[in-house]
Amino acid sequence: MKAPSLQEDQRMDEIMSVLLRTGVLLAAGLVFVGGVIFLVRHPMPASDYRVFQGAAPEMRSIRGILGDAAKFHGRGLIQLGLLVLIATPVARVLFSVFAFIYEKDWTYVAATLIVLGLLSYSLIGGGF
Amino acid sequence: MNTLEFTLLLGMGSLLAGFLGSLTGLGGGMVIVPLLTLLFHVDIRYAIGAALVSVIATSSGAAAAYVREGYSNIRVGMFLEIATTIGAMAGVVLALYLHVSVIAIIFGVVLMHSAFASLLEKSDGVRDGKPDRVATWLRMDSTYPTETGLQKYHVRGVPGGFGLMFGAGVLSGLLGIGSGAVKVLAMDRVMKLPFKVSTTTSNFMIGVTAAASAGIYLSRGYIEPAIAMPVMLGVLGGSLVGARVLAGAKVRSLRIVFSVVIGILAVEMIYNGFAGKL
Repeated sequence: MKAPSLQEDQRMDEIMSVLLRTGVLLAAGLVFVGGVIFLVRHPMPASDYRVFQGAAPEMRSIRGILGDAAKFHGRGLIQLGLLVLIATPVARVLFSVFAFIYEKDWTYVAATLIVLGLLSYSLIGGGF
Repeated sequence: MNTLEFTLLLGMGSLLAGFLGSLTGLGGGMVIVPLLTLLFHVDIRYAIGAALVSVIATSSGAAAAYVREGYSNIRVGMFLEIATTIGAMAGVVLALYLHVSVIAIIFGVVLMHSAFASLLEKSDGVRDGKPDRVATWLRMDSTYPTETGLQKYHVRGVPGGFGLMFGAGVLSGLLGIGSGAVKVLAMDRVMKLPFKVSTTTSNFMIGVTAAASAGIYLSRGYIEPAIAMPVMLGVLGGSLVGARVLAGAKVRSLRIVFSVVIGILAVEMIYNGFAGKL
């Protein structure tokens, strides 16, 4: 097993940094635009959130959120932004898998694949 | 109160929480849940969902900067993320079955601990640890930038750190927080990483840990767009401003004031939990 080269590690850090920043900015942009649309269309009294009813059913699945966001509904766009946000660390882990493959660091390829598997399982609802 | 007023008030509260959280190192997510439940009387499940997404936003935003500066130990972070993601998923399952009052009480206790922990002085003394067999095999030893150039350090106590990280994950999934305090404890005290490396690596891991439970919370309806929107934008904006101000600020006295406020909120959470008011 060869030691990781410093240059390779630094390049990996750079790309990871850009990836994280892009994800957060894109998410914040979508949430903001969705928020403006939501506020313009819903000037009525605020809903009561004292009692937990849970978000609307279409706001709970990737398919439902995509469908609502495609109609430029405020809530759908906000939720799409939050999905992008949740996906950002997942994308970072996915990138790390490839980076470690490139470095032929098989121990860490295995470690990152385990994390990626767990995240994917959770994201698709995981049957919980 | 109409929707606009509710959103603006929530946004401003979150902005302040994010600002103070990043200035004091406590994190904005910690304050969001008591803010939403005690002040805005929002159900704790909506509060946890909103806090969780704002935690992902601030940690990913900050990690983007730290990773490039070369402080974060990516290998240590990646390896320990196995423990935190498993822990986070266990934490959510627990959250789905525990009564909200119990969750509120646990939250209050954790909140009180972080308020106390943030008051302790941090020392970043040089550690002349010897190479550790497990850490060497996992190639965790690394360097970090100091005023006198790159400083090498050895990592120790991997199994102990791994165990503590599982606990950090459980708390994160259960309460919708980053549990940075426990993560730093594991890396700083048990694994003997330099303090700055511990905090930045902890921050690096928080996003992944939170994402592990976010998917499950989303499918359970905990993430309500109308609440998460102002909270996420507010906390993110506040933490970005806080990070800018941090460079030249004296935070010692501010940290004490903030810790006292958090301590009071913690007591109120615990009281309300026992009284069944949440």
